[in-house]
Amino acid sequence: MELDSLYQEVILDHYKHPHNKSLKPHPTIQVHHVNTSCGDEVTLNLHMNGNVIDAITWEGVGCSISQASTSVASDLLKGREITEAVALIEEFQTMVQSKGTDRGDENRLEDGVAFAGVAKFPARVKCALLGWMATKDAIVQATTKEEK
Amino acid sequence: MTINVASIKKDFPIFGRLIRGDNRLVYLDSAATSQKPNSVLDAERDFYTLHNAAAHRGAHQLAEEATELYEGARERVAQFLGATSEEVVFTKSATESINLVAYSLSNAEPGSKFHIAAGDEIVVSEMEHHANLIPWQELCRRTGARLRWFSVNDDGRLDLSNLDAIINKKTRIVAITHQSNVLGTINPLDSIVKAAHAVNALVLLDACQSVPHFQVDVANLGVDFLTFSGHKMLGPTGVGVLWGRQELLDEMPPFLTGGSMIENVTMESATYLAAPKRFEAGVPNMAQAVGLGAAIDYLTNIGLDAIHQHEIDLTRRAIEGLRSISGLTFVGPTDVSMRGGVISFEVKGIHPHDLGQALDQYGIAVRTGHHCAWPLMRRFGAVATTRASFYLYNDLQDVEDLVGGVERARAYFLER
Repeated sequence: MELDSLYQEVILDHYKHPHNKSLKPHPTIQVHHVNTSCGDEVTLNLHMNGNVIDAITWEGVGCSISQASTSVASDLLKGREITEAVALIEEFQTMVQSKGTDRGDENRLEDGVAFAGVAKFPARVKCALLGWMATKDAIVQATTKEEK
Repeated sequence: MTINVASIKKDFPIFGRLIRGDNRLVYLDSAATSQKPNSVLDAERDFYTLHNAAAHRGAHQLAEEATELYEGARERVAQFLGATSEEVVFTKSATESINLVAYSLSNAEPGSKFHIAAGDEIVVSEMEHHANLIPWQELCRRTGARLRWFSVNDDGRLDLSNLDAIINKKTRIVAITHQSNVLGTINPLDSIVKAAHAVNALVLLDACQSVPHFQVDVANLGVDFLTFSGHKMLGPTGVGVLWGRQELLDEMPPFLTGGSMIENVTMESATYLAAPKRFEAGVPNMAQAVGLGAAIDYLTNIGLDAIHQHEIDLTRRAIEGLRSISGLTFVGPTDVSMRGGVISFEVKGIHPHDLGQALDQYGIAVRTGHHCAWPLMRRFGAVATTRASFYLYNDLQDVEDLVGGVERARAYFLER
């Protein structure tokens, strides 16, 4: 049924057993993002090592989509250079906003492609993007901080 | 005193459509907005088709008809509330009605009985919708007044144990909801109104969740202002009502200014008409007001007492059914006395968004989220809840589908 295209097994697994869900101290940047329409929130610590993401750790409350999506992002983007991470975030964003036309590249987005089904539920796109937008925001702030 | 839901459903064309495939529509989100019967749709369309012109302007026949229809709608609202037409102000929404009062008070000159200043207090409650909270926070910010509030107890009832401390000689206005849009709680007003009037404070009642569902008579309530919106009571969006005591409205400074609300204008200044026109600047939302008039006719024809009784029956059955679901807890009172047809709940292990998504897949429309009552959510330690709300077009099958749907969603998320 259609519900299964949204709630794939990998999403429910990440929801029940989220990765990196414990804030590691002394981040390069900490951000706090809220989905104002439903109250879901995420606090995200970005740890940089020069140009490379050393770790992404987070805490949050919210629906399975927002929590699983943040878990997937925190795995996928770890160890990436900034430009690579931003490119992956943009690919993920394009996929979930594609209304179902872009299924995502599994070789690049890995577990992230499980969220392709979200594209057919416009009200849930914001849920899927919460952790990814928080990460992007943290990267931008870290870059600005570096330049100062 | 029963109502014929099968016959009522036929008056609402939306129940003829299917949802997410071939599911019938189980609409349990009337606390957010109600569906519209043909008579309301026709009234709005007829206005535009046959009578459209700017009310209160022009010497032609259409202007005359538009004026009569618009003022006729005001008369219907007045009768419905047990008020006079001069006390009924049309706004675009209940939110605007509340802001109108808040801004009017802060527009009052020092010396006016409406003037609010540092040292004054404004009272709300922890169960207010943001629309009856933020305008008062902002009024406090503009004037230096202090915001105070009644808290809510664990059963979802207003805690009035400190009534005499919260409402005191510094209190200028008490703004409170008649029925919570989250908990379903109907608030007892007698003691609040008595305490407020004893210290010459005004009482504003947010009646968005009460006026559509049971008989509200302003004279009996004893409040000074009452606000509600049209779209929650079978009417169109874009029309709300502010009812106020005539002697108050006539003395209050205007909020929105411009055409239609003036008595005389020079290049330097203007004088203003008496209420209600003083508060209706610009060409009014005529078609919407006319639609609201038709909605009131529809509700009156069925009977508000019968509607309320019907909703209470559905609420009782829904609470009984939902109660048996493992891990389900209610946020709000579970006894049906002093309660309306709004039920909020949480299911352990399933976020409301996910629950709502699954229910939607079965054709069941519920609200999920913070319901524009974030402080109340925090009070109950919830990020969000799932809310089902009933109206005259819901029946026992809808209640059974809700209970069955929650069980099915629970199995989907927790037992696979």
